[in-house]
Amino acid sequence: MSDTADRVQKIVVEHLGVEADKVTQDASFIDDLGADSLDIVELVMAFEEEFGVEIPDDAAEKITTVGDATKYIEEHKG
Amino acid sequence: MRRVVVTGLGLVTPLGGDVETTWKNLIAGKSGAGQITRFDASNQKCTIACEVKAKDHEWGFDPDKRVDHKVQRQVDPFIVYGIDAAGQALEDAGLAEMDDALKERTGVSIGSGIGGLPGIESESIVLHERGPGRVSPHFVHGRLINLISGQVSIKYGLMGPNHAVVTACSTGAHSIGDAARMIRDGDADVMLAGGAEGTINPLGVAGFAQARALNMSMNDRPTEASRPYDKDRDGFVMGEGAGVLVLEEYEHAKARGAKIYAEVVGYGLSGDAYHVTAPHPEGKGAELAMRMAIRKSGLEPSDIDYVNAHGTSTMADTIELAAVKRVLGDDLSGASMSSTKSAIGHLLGGAGAVESIFCILAMRDQIVPPTLNLDNPDEGTEGVDLVPHEAKKREVRAVLNNSFGFGGTNASLVMKKVD
Repeated sequence: MSDTADRVQKIVVEHLGVEADKVTQDASFIDDLGADSLDIVELVMAFEEEFGVEIPDDAAEKITTVGDATKYIEEHKG
Repeated sequence: MRRVVVTGLGLVTPLGGDVETTWKNLIAGKSGAGQITRFDASNQKCTIACEVKAKDHEWGFDPDKRVDHKVQRQVDPFIVYGIDAAGQALEDAGLAEMDDALKERTGVSIGSGIGGLPGIESESIVLHERGPGRVSPHFVHGRLINLISGQVSIKYGLMGPNHAVVTACSTGAHSIGDAARMIRDGDADVMLAGGAEGTINPLGVAGFAQARALNMSMNDRPTEASRPYDKDRDGFVMGEGAGVLVLEEYEHAKARGAKIYAEVVGYGLSGDAYHVTAPHPEGKGAELAMRMAIRKSGLEPSDIDYVNAHGTSTMADTIELAAVKRVLGDDLSGASMSSTKSAIGHLLGGAGAVESIFCILAMRDQIVPPTLNLDNPDEGTEGVDLVPHEAKKREVRAVLNNSFGFGGTNASLVMKKVD
């Protein structure tokens, strides 16, 4: 697992209170990890903090899986 | 008329994370007071409080038992305390599992005096230091007072009345009285009723200190600071926690073979129409509330065996006592009266519910909890049994619980044993 993926997983585990092994790159925040739309807003804020990236609302709306988040961060972090 | 009985109890207090631990410590004369550990209080005028203890403490509270990790992260402590106490009460009543029909007939009315002050304080700092885009999306619903009722309804699927009282330090007592009425009126067969508070944060402590409500002269002696009726009393000690009761229509409780603790027979309410923080100097509002509660109960004043006083350890204690004397008689007709705030501090919006539970346990165990630190009783206390220092075994068949709040809001409850 890449460093980014590892840190994303840690944030998701902490925020959603789910088991780490459920937080796979394919996992959907809403369907697999029990998040609601506000949880995703909070997660996006936490990713922005952790990685120093800005994730605009239109980009955030397209992030539905853990892998989507990892990919966006990898592509945009400074 | 539909009768209302109590069939379940739940507590989170500075003396325990559940009912039996709290009660055992209360009867043993223990104090929940200490230096504030929740934050650095060294620059505060008041540095002491009665905190709910962490789970590694001998009588600590474990939030993980009944409150999801995700919810704990999103909401203020008062909501966590309230959800847990509600869960305890449902389990105690044998109602943790219900069929859909009963869920539609079960409501929740758990209020708070202040609500999510710690989160309002911390997110306000985030807003100022880092901008509006960093404020938590869970900020609003993690602080709102009615969100204990909301969270409990969601967790247990309860679709009856969903309500929350906000009457400062009378909240817990009003919640019980109002919920009992909802059952009496047929709005529900079962109600979870109570109150919670969690405002041991810098803004909460500073605010009450600036209002000259807190004890600020005994920071070096925390367990002696809450001393109702004592000549040296000098303000209350802030507590936190929650109390929740399962109220149930009598025939419904009987039909399912529920354990019945007590019956809620009288409820009185009044306003002081006097001052925002000080009680009416003659205690007229308090007297009106007590008289109404006793009149509605169908009992005589002399039937009351125990009064759990509002008794915050302020100058108001003797005003309340004078009013109680006018209602019950100079010797309270033999009733005992104590203030359990001497042990757990003032739970503000949670107080009336927590103290009602103490009243119920006094009837269950035929013992009344003590008023701690009552070394030198003030003038006006002569001839009254204020249960100094130690719990007292005695007959307890009917009880009166008083709660008074800022704004001049008063509530009294009368409960009795069911034979």
